[in-house]
Amino acid sequence: MSTSTTAPAIEAVGLVKVFGDNRAVDGVDLVVQPGSVYGVLGPNGAGKTTTISMLATLLKPDGGSARVLGHDVVKEAATVRGLIGVTGQYASVDETLSATENLVVFGRLLGLSGKQARAKAVDLLDRFSLTEAAKRPLKKFSGGMRRRLDLAASLIAQPPLIFLDEPTTGLDPRTRAQMWDTIRELVQTGSTVLLTTQYLDEADQLADRIAVIDRGRVVAEGTSDDLKASVGTASLQLRLVEPADLAVAEARIRARVGVQPVASAERAWLTVPLQDPDRVTDLLVDLRDAGIRLAEFGVQKPTLDEVFLAITGHGADQDDAAETAEKDEVMA
Amino acid sequence: MTAVASIAAAQPRNGITRIVGQSLTMAYRGLLKVRRTPEQLFDVTLQPIIFTVMFAYIFGGAISGDVTKYLPTLIPGILVQTVITGSVVTGVQLREDMDKGVFDRFRSLPIARIAPLAGALLADTVRYAIATTITFVVGGTMGYHQVFDHLGWTVAAGLLVIVVAWSLSWIFALFGMLARTAGSVQGISFLVLFPLTFLSNAFVPTGTLPEPLKVFAEINPVSHLITAVRTMVNEQQVTGDVWLSLLGAAVVVAVFAPLTVRAYMRKA
Repeated sequence: MSTSTTAPAIEAVGLVKVFGDNRAVDGVDLVVQPGSVYGVLGPNGAGKTTTISMLATLLKPDGGSARVLGHDVVKEAATVRGLIGVTGQYASVDETLSATENLVVFGRLLGLSGKQARAKAVDLLDRFSLTEAAKRPLKKFSGGMRRRLDLAASLIAQPPLIFLDEPTTGLDPRTRAQMWDTIRELVQTGSTVLLTTQYLDEADQLADRIAVIDRGRVVAEGTSDDLKASVGTASLQLRLVEPADLAVAEARIRARVGVQPVASAERAWLTVPLQDPDRVTDLLVDLRDAGIRLAEFGVQKPTLDEVFLAITGHGADQDDAAETAEKDEVMA
Repeated sequence: MTAVASIAAAQPRNGITRIVGQSLTMAYRGLLKVRRTPEQLFDVTLQPIIFTVMFAYIFGGAISGDVTKYLPTLIPGILVQTVITGSVVTGVQLREDMDKGVFDRFRSLPIARIAPLAGALLADTVRYAIATTITFVVGGTMGYHQVFDHLGWTVAAGLLVIVVAWSLSWIFALFGMLARTAGSVQGISFLVLFPLTFLSNAFVPTGTLPEPLKVFAEINPVSHLITAVRTMVNEQQVTGDVWLSLLGAAVVVAVFAPLTVRAYMRKA
């Protein structure tokens, strides 16, 4: 056995997967340290699921190589399967069976005795607050319950590495927050987690490091702070009552926050990149002192679209951008 | 070396007992699914009842003079038809299963690749057993007294039918692997089975058929299986048809099991 405690949880070099003419994954490099949460961020069709599938031995790479906890995913696939838990984007549990039956079947397949498998099922259902629904067939489960069961099923063998493919896509905000708590608990028990997401805030909340993936390539990699620094944390948007005040307003903004604001095409809106939210108060006071009246202002967090724009020079898919946009507008 | 890695490595991955255990677990899963969706069993429960009663009263008088005299001809025919048609479901359900997300999990588990396939084939023998029991009991109740008179022979004949159906389910499992949708598995399979089961000696003596059909019905393997069941239950004899049926089943398994396993491994 060549596994050493210092081996990275995941080490992928130049992974390639081609479907027909489409290079779904086009040379992905990843290094994930044990005990961390690694986020793979990207829009639909960026190659996230394909990448996970190759790392989890579900797909054979067409090029490159990957090692999971020191084991090659192609040559030592059986060993790798013993070290990972996979929660797919679509519920990878049996719809017609109950929650308990699902967990017992998976437990038995993993080599537990009937008694052990049932005890494990009870334990996991309790941990994921599914005890009350244990006997119901999954058809009657809500989306959030199904995801939780899915995650529970990945933990039966207590795998040191867990793959979560878009664990919160399609969940309402409250259920999403519950799922985040569950994932955080998971990490505290020492597991390594690789998760994919379309949501910048999800990667921000959960991941120690983030890889931004676009068209099958990693276009940026770093901590969430690194990533945000490249786009600014948020932007202040101002609409002036008198467009004629624009030049004065721009001068005041430059003087206070030291950046050049961007004026919208119809020259009514000014967008100010915002590194330090505290300065907003000062800036607003400055504008009042200068006699500039505001019709409206708002703060906008960077969307996935803006991250993409900043990193790749082109936007993310329109639908994804709409989903992630979080605009908190305040009427002045 | 991490503790977890050593546990995984310590287990014999291809131990035959482990593969059998995993296949049994998959079969158990199949049976749980049946219990949750009993309508899956309609083809092996209601169908033999309805067909037996219907055909007995429609054809009985015309073919054998009265219903009771027709039963020794009809029941083995219905039995073989029902169980063989039931083996199609193996392919359909396997296809449906493989299209679902749960199959991704099976593929990511450190289990024998063959276990889900073996489990499905194993669970289906229970379906055949149900169909066989119901058909014999319905026939016996209607007046086919040989069924109850020589129970040992009845059980042996039932087992023969189950073995043959199980061997045929390898063919339909292969269809399931190659077809694009579950629906098309059903379509292709019935296209093959419908003429095969009706152009036989299942419902009428082949002597009444026009010459080309008669030749086909007599070489049709389904006819041989039906004859084997008839001679076992009606005359308590093992004839050449029994050995022919078993040989046929063995040939089918020998040819299709490797093909099916290979197609399955490529997909799974």
